Amino acid sequence: MLKKKVVLNFPPHLIDQPVTYKLIQDYGVVVNILRARITPREWGSMVVELGGSPKKLEAAMGFLGELGVGVEPLAREVRWHEERCIHCTACLAPCPTHALGVDRASMTVSFDQERCIACELCLRVCPYLAIEILFD
Amino acid sequence: MASFQVNKTYQEINEKIKKGQAVVVTAEEIIDLVRRKGEVAAAKSVDVVTTGTFSPMCSSGAFLNFGHAKPPIKAAKVWLNNVPAYAGLAAVDVYLGVTEPSADDPLNKVYPGEFKYGGGHVIQDLVAGKAVHLVAEAYGTDCYPNKRLERDITLKQMVNAILCNPRNCYQNYNVAVNLSNRTIYTYMGPLRPRAGNANFCTSGQLSPLFNDPYYRTIGIGTRIFLGGGVGYVVFPGTQHNPGKPRSKNGIPLGPAGTLMVMGDLKQMSPRHLVGVSLLGYGCSLTVGLGVPIPMLNEEIAHFCAISDEELLAPIVDYGHDYPAGTGRVLGQVSYAQLKKGKMTLEGQEVTCVPLSSLVRAREVAQLLKEWIAAGKFLLGEPVELLPLGDKGRGVPTAGRDS
Ligand code: SF4
Ligand code: SF4
Repeated sequence: MLKKKVVLNFPPHLIDQPVTYKLIQDYGVVVNILRARITPREWGSMVVELGGSPKKLEAAMGFLGELGVGVEPLAREVRWHEERCIHCTACLAPCPTHALGVDRASMTVSFDQERCIACELCLRVCPYLAIEILFD
Repeated sequence: MASFQVNKTYQEINEKIKKGQAVVVTAEEIIDLVRRKGEVAAAKSVDVVTTGTFSPMCSSGAFLNFGHAKPPIKAAKVWLNNVPAYAGLAAVDVYLGVTEPSADDPLNKVYPGEFKYGGGHVIQDLVAGKAVHLVAEAYGTDCYPNKRLERDITLKQMVNAILCNPRNCYQNYNVAVNLSNRTIYTYMGPLRPRAGNANFCTSGQLSPLFNDPYYRTIGIGTRIFLGGGVGYVVFPGTQHNPGKPRSKNGIPLGPAGTLMVMGDLKQMSPRHLVGVSLLGYGCSLTVGLGVPIPMLNEEIAHFCAISDEELLAPIVDYGHDYPAGTGRVLGQVSYAQLKKGKMTLEGQEVTCVPLSSLVRAREVAQLLKEWIAAGKFLLGEPVELLPLGDKGRGVPTAGRDS
């Protein structure tokens, strides 16, 4: 199964359409919603992870394109610089997904890219500037 | 004089160190040893206990002598990588404080400020071997005619570089929470409203002054691990306040003793001197510091064996009480609890994180242990111990202990 993190941008008239439902039901892709900001009568955006065979994903993309949903790759990636990290654990408190975690016995901090939704909450909390956001 | 069953002198222990025969354990290892064997047996078998801490220590800085130019200069204003250093000393001596931000830092104008670069970062760059940009201005005198100097300089090229920290290594410290309704940005890190998180900052049972709460062995002349090199305790630190209330086991219940420390910056390493940017507060330097405790008698073993369960830290509200200087303490919490990552405050579960690094504190204690075991590091016998009593002398700081 292929996994892809993308940002979906919905024009206002599509906000009340069951787009995610169709993706799952009609195109058989796994949709994992990581973040969503939807306000009536405005552009909405959603960060999702789509999973499925390359063929299914392609079909799903085609569907979204036809509908008028903007699809962009997740342009931001969070980079954790292990060599700069001193394992103070300050970044753990704000991280909503536990992408940043600690092993209590050794108190060593680690970062799980897979879980990170690039919400940036940890970024400025790190006193050692060990977490950075990269743009494509 | 109390009489002990075990009586060792610094000289005896140093003789063993020189022969490579000294038994050295860390402040974590001694706890189990004392539990199993008892204080007297542990005191007999162990010669030195090593401690360690790795925390932002704002009262730090370095004396730098950058050497004379031709023609010579009596520097009056000096910047290193655009961070101002104090030049009100002899011609080419300056003191670079770690909390000094870059001259063009926007500070808290865009709140909360990020404070990306400051004195602490300059020190880290210097020990990492990087060249820093030096600018010096002077008014010019008959003997020092030069009015401006600008050059890149490395730590190696400096005549002297001495780390000299007036207040490090606090004996116990506050656990910071914020009971107000907005996020606040403090030297204890960002604190979310309504006690959204709790930040603490000592390494507990590994922390130097927790292992010698009555300063039986630590004083002027104690040789220490400092920033990856060798340093010394040179005086009681500023705000050294031994009179703070203590719990029954002798451990102060709040910030009490402090150390003024010094060492040759040229031997130190960027792994153990790390620049810090505290959101909305400022910049600083995180210092790796370890003190060896000589096992002179079983009383020392007793104190070294006090563990996280029995070490209590005061919980303080930085939303109101701390800035108002009320001195109110919300309660006490053990380091064992804090290290679990969660504590309860008035029925509410609060996430706690240390600002200091336990991983690196352990590394400091371990390195110091290796140095001593290998005969590379001898104990320094203090010419005077840190002052213990005389409560009347300290000016009350009303809970403002940063
Ligand atoms: S960006 Fe968000 S999800 Fe990713 S590590 Fe930081 S806080 Fe966690
Ligand atoms: S806040 Fe920064 S230094 Fe501290 S554990 Fe997280 S990444 Fe590491």
